[in-house]
Amino acid sequence: MVERRPVGTLISHLILIAGVAIVALPLYVGFVGSTLSFDQVTTVPMQMTPGTHLLENYAAVLSHGSKLASGAPVGVMMWNSLVMALAIAIGKIAISMLSAFAIVYFRFPLRKTVFWMIFLTLMLPVEVRIFPTYKVVAELGLVDTYAGLTLPLIASATATFLFRQFFLTIPEELAEAARIDGAGPMRFFVDILLPLSRTSMAALFVIMFIYGWNQYLWPLLITTREDMYTVVIGIKRMVAGGDTLVEWQLVLATAMLALLPPAAVILVMQRWFVKGLVETEK
Amino acid sequence: MEKRVVFRSRWLPYALVAPQLLVTLVFFVWPAVQALYQSLLIQDAFGAKTQFVWFDNFKDLFSDSHYLASFQVTAVFSVLVAGIGLAAALMLAVFADRVIRGAKLYKTLLILPYAVASAVAAVLWVFLLNPTLGILTHVMRSLGYDWNYLLNPRQALALIVITAVWKQISYNFLFFLAGLQSIPKSLIEAAAIDGAGPARRFWTIAFPLLSPTTFFLLVVNIVYAFFDTFAIVDAATSGGPVQATSILVFKVYQDGVQALDLGGSAAQSVVLMAIVISLTVVQFRFVERRVQY
Repeated sequence: MVERRPVGTLISHLILIAGVAIVALPLYVGFVGSTLSFDQVTTVPMQMTPGTHLLENYAAVLSHGSKLASGAPVGVMMWNSLVMALAIAIGKIAISMLSAFAIVYFRFPLRKTVFWMIFLTLMLPVEVRIFPTYKVVAELGLVDTYAGLTLPLIASATATFLFRQFFLTIPEELAEAARIDGAGPMRFFVDILLPLSRTSMAALFVIMFIYGWNQYLWPLLITTREDMYTVVIGIKRMVAGGDTLVEWQLVLATAMLALLPPAAVILVMQRWFVKGLVETEK
Repeated sequence: MEKRVVFRSRWLPYALVAPQLLVTLVFFVWPAVQALYQSLLIQDAFGAKTQFVWFDNFKDLFSDSHYLASFQVTAVFSVLVAGIGLAAALMLAVFADRVIRGAKLYKTLLILPYAVASAVAAVLWVFLLNPTLGILTHVMRSLGYDWNYLLNPRQALALIVITAVWKQISYNFLFFLAGLQSIPKSLIEAAAIDGAGPARRFWTIAFPLLSPTTFFLLVVNIVYAFFDTFAIVDAATSGGPVQATSILVFKVYQDGVQALDLGGSAAQSVVLMAIVISLTVVQFRFVERRVQY
């Protein structure tokens, strides 16, 4: 038995509380700032307890943003972010499952080539090929469209590998039984593989939703019209206006709105989140 | 491992891989080939004249003191992010592994930063450390330390390091915690019976057994610091003051999109691709035969 030391446990709790406090500090101060008036938020030092302007600030940004900056409504940006995050998450899961199914359950010429081509995407993050990718998207006329925002980010080697790994663990007998019963490949896919993959899909969904919602560089390049901004880009455009003129209470309200959906997804689906995080790195 | 039972169809497998392959070819392979080709050209800003110059762009790049400085900044930045990030996360994971009461609450609060977009994290830290309004700036001033990251290059670097470490702490913490929880309790108990105290048990048993996790996280964190921190730099410091925080991924963007030096930017992309590929290879080798004692 390992000895029990009440003092050790106390110290553990103190260190953890300190760690959690540091981690939570920006979130808490950001939240407090978003409930204050402009005068309160620009007072040094700012008060550390929430004020009374919460509804006013959030309603203001949702309908007309920060008027000192562009005045683009954050409500529209939230919608754009949601469309982008859902399209990327669902699209990635769909195309990765299909190609993993083909790679695992079929023998066809070029199978290895296809596999390596998908592997290649792992090595080419957007950051290193931004300009040429932008040119391709521009030539296809996809600037300022949802397709332009999502399609280039939808291919994912990690998701394909995850499903491949998972399909390989499914007992051979299932496919055999399906074949004996006269089920075609697509019937097998829909009736057997899809239901079995539910947990993997949930885990990937959490990771990919957050990935899509939090994208920065790509939407920064590909959106030029305010009504196509995602909320993350909207915040950046609000603070870019110069130091003294930043309406911090509105910027912070937007920041809180921007982090609410991914935080909610993580908290509600915490079990799948941890699973997804650990598995996508295998 | 391969399946013995497979389906037969002449066209179906191609139809199934077609969507992924199409996206990969159009948005990954083609742009990467373009970047390789562009890196061998010189083009004027209007795109009217192009000239094939072989490796001149690369020669220019590596004799450009700004580019070499950016390399140095990136190296310092990634070492700091990986070092501080791993140390802090390991410490929290070790104590979170010890406690029973409230363990779930601590874990839940510590994974929150993962949900926050890098750019949003940067804005929140900029608010805390703003030279005129920041709460932490106020605290530091009252302690006699002058903080202004808009003027001081070291402080600007500190700002992006803090933000990047904060953003990555959830990830590191969860992996360390999983690693610690997979260590057999019998080993720890045997050491305790032999009279080893908590610190001794950690350094001689837990820490060595964690080394696969630590090495894996080290590579992941370096990749993160190199490639996933564009948003933090752009939203917090925009590379300033005087290029002090202009890391490589930021410089590619700045030179290509803002300064319109296409050949130079493409050459930088190629250098970055080489770095990603070598890091990915290292990562996969570690995953395959993890460092073991």
